[in-house]
Amino acid sequence: MRIFESSVGRKILMSITGQLMIIFVIVHLIGNSSILFGRGGINAYAEHLHALPPLVWIARIVMLSAIGVHILYGVIVTLQNRAANPTGYAVKRQLKASFASENMIWTGLLLAAFIVYHLLHFTARLLPGVVQSVDQLNRFDVYRMVVTAFSNGLVALVYALAMVVLFLHLSHGIPSFLQTMGWNNDKTIPTFGTAGKVISAVLMVGYVLIPVVILTGLLTL
Amino acid sequence: MSAHNAQTMTLTLHVWRQAGPNEPGRLEQYEAKNVSPDQSFLEMLDEVNEELIKAGKDPIAFDHDCREGICGMCSQVINGVPHGGQERTTVCQLHMRTFKNGDSIYIEPWRAVAFPVQKDLIVDRSNLEKIMQAGGYTSAHTGGVADGNAILISKIAADYAMDAAECIGCGACVAACPNGSAMLYTSAKVAQLAALPQGQVEAAARVTAMADALTEAGFGNCSNHYECQAACPKGISVKFIARLNREFQKALFK
Ligand code: SF4
Ligand code: FES
Repeated sequence: MRIFESSVGRKILMSITGQLMIIFVIVHLIGNSSILFGRGGINAYAEHLHALPPLVWIARIVMLSAIGVHILYGVIVTLQNRAANPTGYAVKRQLKASFASENMIWTGLLLAAFIVYHLLHFTARLLPGVVQSVDQLNRFDVYRMVVTAFSNGLVALVYALAMVVLFLHLSHGIPSFLQTMGWNNDKTIPTFGTAGKVISAVLMVGYVLIPVVILTGLLTL
Repeated sequence: MSAHNAQTMTLTLHVWRQAGPNEPGRLEQYEAKNVSPDQSFLEMLDEVNEELIKAGKDPIAFDHDCREGICGMCSQVINGVPHGGQERTTVCQLHMRTFKNGDSIYIEPWRAVAFPVQKDLIVDRSNLEKIMQAGGYTSAHTGGVADGNAILISKIAADYAMDAAECIGCGACVAACPNGSAMLYTSAKVAQLAALPQGQVEAAARVTAMADALTEAGFGNCSNHYECQAACPKGISVKFIARLNREFQKALFK
């Protein structure tokens, strides 16, 4: 099919799967911030979220497919682009391309690695040291698991750095998906560029806030 | 003689020299003496070539034609920027007054797999024509000459199409693009025709054929660096790439 084969079609697939992931990242942050309301907040949120297993699994399958398509075409498109421009200039002055736009493949692959780590850590809970217990209301104690994990400075640092990588990826990804969908004109191009940076920064700060409030002792067991 | 003509410059040039398409190339150093600030960049090179010829050496081969910024032939990356980095200026319209006495100038050909070097600074840009041939035309009735204003076109559409039609096919967008993509060029051609009633008949076929031709010719994919717009001597906007993306989506459902 044309959308899978054409250069423009693949870009649109990257855009749509990227948009799905951005929606997820926003919803996930809103959900996670329930931890700021303490044990009751996040444990209740997690309980409600998992009350409907079929829905959870549909969401997981959609997200995993989106990630798969995004990575697959991200790699293919990058390899094609490298092949199209292998001989560099002796001198090259970049006018507009940014560190973020030039390193999408690397920030993307780092995020993929982080997703694997994060899923093993808090979803599959297969990493050593993950505290699994129930709270007084016999709900799975997400709060204890997260607070214990982030009390370890190194773990908190890994999560914070991953969010810096997310910022870089989205600061190019957000304006880029809008352009690829064709939702752009002369006036919106600079606006979307700025909006991309602002939204990515807000998401980064929001996510990093969680390990920070735990490390600083504002949230304790 | 005006006063500033007396202030000539001496410049060090580092020029890409390559004997033929499959020969290895290298940067060679030349001295450009007595350069007038009023000269154009190509005139400066002409004089360097005169000296090379006098010394019995092979002159630097470079493309040029109109020397007035409209043909798109002059293709040189100067100090790392296609056409030298003066906004909306082709190499032939770049003047030596933008350089200082003692400057070092690096001059390289357009670099992209789809633009193979022929000799020195000359590259083969016929791959841009292949994209054009794939869809850059409209169907027209033959027969008697049509009335002047038989097809009404709004001023907005006409201006938009004219903005896209400013593209001179120079290939600077490809040379600047980290992906060696010709998407800005292709989008200008698609948008120019998509904006006009005459372009509607082939609209869907055009955008897909031109996008396919771009890939077949060995150009990379667009990843929205926007380096092309910044380097384009005609200021072609990446809004036309957004338009191409929209046209492509419309074509998907045709
Ligand atoms: S879009 Fe600009 S840089 Fe690209 S070929 Fe046309 S005039 Fe040259
Ligand atoms: S020689 Fe024609 S545009 Fe420069």
